[in-house]
Amino acid sequence: MATSLIRRAITRIQTPLPTLTILRHHASEPQTKHSTPTSTSSPSLKTFQIYRWNPDSPSKPDLKSYQIDLKNCGPMVLDALIKIKNEIDPTLTFRRSCREGICGSCAMNIDGCNGLACLTKIAEEKESMITPLPHMFVIKDLVVDMTNFYNQYKSIEPWLKRKGKVGGEDGKEVYQSKKDREKLDGMYECILCACCSTSCPSYWWNPESYLGPAALLHANRWIMDSRDEYTKERLDAVNDEFKLYRCHTILNCARACPKGLNPGKQIQNIKSLQA
Amino acid sequence: MWRCVSRGLRIPSRRSTSADSSFTHRFFSSQSNAASPAYTIVDHTYDAVVVGAGGAGLRAAIGLSEHGFNTACITKLFPTRSHTVAAQGGINAALGNMTEDDWRWHMYDTVKGSDWLGDQDAIQYMCREAPKAVIELENYGLPFSRTDEGKIYQRAFGGQSLDFGKGGQAYRCACAADRTGHALLHTLYGQAMKHNTQFFVEYFALDLIMGSDGSCQGVIALNMEDGTLHRFRSSSTILATGGYGRAYFSATSAHTCTGDGNAMVARAGLPLEDLEFVQFHPTGIYGAGCLITEGSRGEGGILRNSEGERFMERYAPTAKDLASRDVVSRSMTMEIREGRGVGPMKDHIYLHLNHLPPNVLKERLPGISETAAIFAGVDVTKEPIPVLPTVHYNMGGIPTNYHGEVVNKKGDDPDAIVPGLFAAGEAACASVHGANRLGANSLLDIVVFGRACANRVAETYKPGQKQNPLPNDAGEKTIAWLDKIRNANGSLHTSQIRLNMQRIMQNNAAVFRTQETLEEGCNLIDKAWESYHDVNLKDRSLIWNSDLLETIELENLLINACITMHSAEARKESRGAHAREDFTKRDDEKWMKHTLGYWENEKVRLDYRPVHMNTLDDEVETFPPKARVY
Ligand SMILES: Cc1cc2nc3c(=O)[nH]c(=O)nc-3n(C[C@H](O)[C@H](O)[C@H](O)COP(=O)(O)OP(=O)(O)OC[C@H]3O[C@@H](n4cnc5c(N)ncnc54)[C@H](O)[C@@H]3O)c2cc1C
Ligand code: SF4
Ligand code: SF4
Ligand code: FES
Repeated sequence: MATSLIRRAITRIQTPLPTLTILRHHASEPQTKHSTPTSTSSPSLKTFQIYRWNPDSPSKPDLKSYQIDLKNCGPMVLDALIKIKNEIDPTLTFRRSCREGICGSCAMNIDGCNGLACLTKIAEEKESMITPLPHMFVIKDLVVDMTNFYNQYKSIEPWLKRKGKVGGEDGKEVYQSKKDREKLDGMYECILCACCSTSCPSYWWNPESYLGPAALLHANRWIMDSRDEYTKERLDAVNDEFKLYRCHTILNCARACPKGLNPGKQIQNIKSLQA
Repeated sequence: MWRCVSRGLRIPSRRSTSADSSFTHRFFSSQSNAASPAYTIVDHTYDAVVVGAGGAGLRAAIGLSEHGFNTACITKLFPTRSHTVAAQGGINAALGNMTEDDWRWHMYDTVKGSDWLGDQDAIQYMCREAPKAVIELENYGLPFSRTDEGKIYQRAFGGQSLDFGKGGQAYRCACAADRTGHALLHTLYGQAMKHNTQFFVEYFALDLIMGSDGSCQGVIALNMEDGTLHRFRSSSTILATGGYGRAYFSATSAHTCTGDGNAMVARAGLPLEDLEFVQFHPTGIYGAGCLITEGSRGEGGILRNSEGERFMERYAPTAKDLASRDVVSRSMTMEIREGRGVGPMKDHIYLHLNHLPPNVLKERLPGISETAAIFAGVDVTKEPIPVLPTVHYNMGGIPTNYHGEVVNKKGDDPDAIVPGLFAAGEAACASVHGANRLGANSLLDIVVFGRACANRVAETYKPGQKQNPLPNDAGEKTIAWLDKIRNANGSLHTSQIRLNMQRIMQNNAAVFRTQETLEEGCNLIDKAWESYHDVNLKDRSLIWNSDLLETIELENLLINACITMHSAEARKESRGAHAREDFTKRDDEKWMKHTLGYWENEKVRLDYRPVHMNTLDDEVETFPPKARVY
């Protein structure tokens, strides 16, 4: 991929860690900076503290507060973000597209949990905190660098591989029973949002070498496809202390998945198939 | 804890392929604006450049790679985030897995669905290629739902019949539950990776680079991640940038469906065809606008008004709830107008699925069950879903022939090819959908014509073919334009102008139209365009400047919106999705022709070109126009 080529040439200068604010929910409360005046009357005012970091002025990231009236805002966190961008601060930067939980663009950390902004209802509490997906390189505000995640996905070769004939008989489809097709449920629905991988402690510590729950879920999706004839090769390819066996069945991934998938279970399946 | 990267100097690597060279140089904006930094420009040369990585773009890119062309695919979204991912219902093809079927029957339905505005040569091509295209997707690994015998499952869909409308409902729509677009897009992305297609992800295409001879020589794009500009030189450029649903206030489309490719073409002085035909899908969720697939009615769902009546029986006695989308949307609007809408404001309709067996919902409609729960708070096994006709699809777009080559009217020739330029997918107008698209014909359109583009390039050019050098000032105007927008310091926020535009389109170019609403609409939308000159940006940076991108998208939307409104005002008849209350009949004598909308000196100019009534060969005869009843 040309992008990866170009990206590889980018020199990554990591700012010294101590200058960064630590923002996990279990960490000490970071400093906040209030930018909008607080009005008092309406009971439906809500404050969002949003992680901001602009690469053009590489000081340390901070949380900025924005207050909006929920009475004229849609129900989802994404509605709030768009409202803030439209009406208060157009420089706020985040990814979004479908607004219905199918494209996987708007993954972020909302009140300590990874999720899709467009499918997460605005919580009733007076304050919410929105930060980027944890342990990812931040490009700007809530936009993170997904290159490594995408490359891991590519590395499991997510396409149908056949040894003999590509298709079925007489140029028809390859037949698959309803039962075999059902084996793909719970996997093919993945939207590559990275909520799971970025909530997995094993992935935090070994982001380069451990494939992470999303890529492994896809590995299993192709292992389980009755039409694929490279099952053994696929199993061998991930049979590696780092790629596969960093998973310690902590199941953060299943809790984080906004599509209700359970990558941990699929990883178990791969492990159980390793003779 | 977070790790932050401060991004150092970006030195794009020199690509190693011999056919390709890329180099960097500095370019200063033509305005001597002290505040604006120099823009870094990177030049690339490819055999072919595809703009867009939805279904159409990916299929074109795969085909080009297969043919050995050195291909770049530029996309503003990571491929699997493209809006094709949202398609639910399925893809039409006369596979005959459920009943006997014939591509000619499919063709008849499509011609009728188009209200005889579709080009019959292109429709024949698409329907005949359909079975092959769907089998190919299956062979690529698409996880289709299955029949008991293990074949691809096909469901009923709107406007589909057997035996030229005489044989009852057809089961022609191949699907993967109600996530067909998602499955299709991920499958195609897999194939593209298998072919090692070179992607430029989160690159935003700004303009076409046109040669002095009127041919297309490539595109110029902005790398969103670092703000560098990239000139892609190529013998063929394929636009697959999708629709512009976001010109309207309420749409099933994604925020990123902003008609960028259309606007690029319009800015290059080329026409856009039939933009007045905007499809309203009968069942968008009331309020949220998210789609509930037509497949829900294909599986037995029923629309009911406040009296509990299944009113579609009155409007379309044969096809009922599965009549063509324009027909159902109009019927719903009539019911609401006559006071039989549901809800406290009596302003929407109920879609009932609660009489369907729970296992059907679970196996075939799991996605929309979830969507209805999240966005309407409804348990589909127990309650009806509140729905409303919602903007869904743009039948119009960049005019092409059935090979995907972009055409323009030149003197006496209404089909003059623009050398080097192709278009496919929702951005294009081949025209297979004419005045009204049938459900599940778009996923078909994108794969068939994406592939057609690749095949045509292979017939016309050779890999590594020598190309004319770009003019030295190529893209200079675009950069000046970009710089001006980035520093815009007017009094109106991008979001204010956008909202105004969306309201105008929603009110004045709605399901039903009159001379009065359209004239007013023309007036208002022209003013909205003027107000755009007074836009204000807050973000002046170059890295991931979404304020800037949304403003460019707004300009693109406005161009599409202006042409849509003026084209609609001019068309004094009712045809397909263009329903006029003052001209209620289709007028084949005067109006069986395609509208061409040009964007000249910031104004719309209209022209027309004939509909292709001919078929490709004698495998099928032309379907002559007749009254359209369901
Ligand atoms: C909710 C919904 C459900 C649907 N269901 C069905 C269905 O069941 N059956 C059916 O047949 N059809 C359906 N459709 C219609 C169909 O999905 C779309 O028409 C079709 O997917 C469009 O595909 P595309 O490849 O043309 O464009 P898209 O998938 O929209 O892709 C556009 C691509 O262009 C890129 N792009 C755009 N602008 C730029 C730029 N400036 N620079 C760089 N890249 C750019 C984007 O990144 C993206 O990759 C549905 C549509 C919607 C909205
Ligand atoms: S189950 Fe495995 S993949 Fe999932 S969070 Fe735990 S360690 Fe990570
Ligand atoms: S498994 Fe779930 S959380 Fe992980 S990438 Fe896929 S959809 Fe996202
Ligand atoms: S915007 Fe597409 S998943 Fe949230």
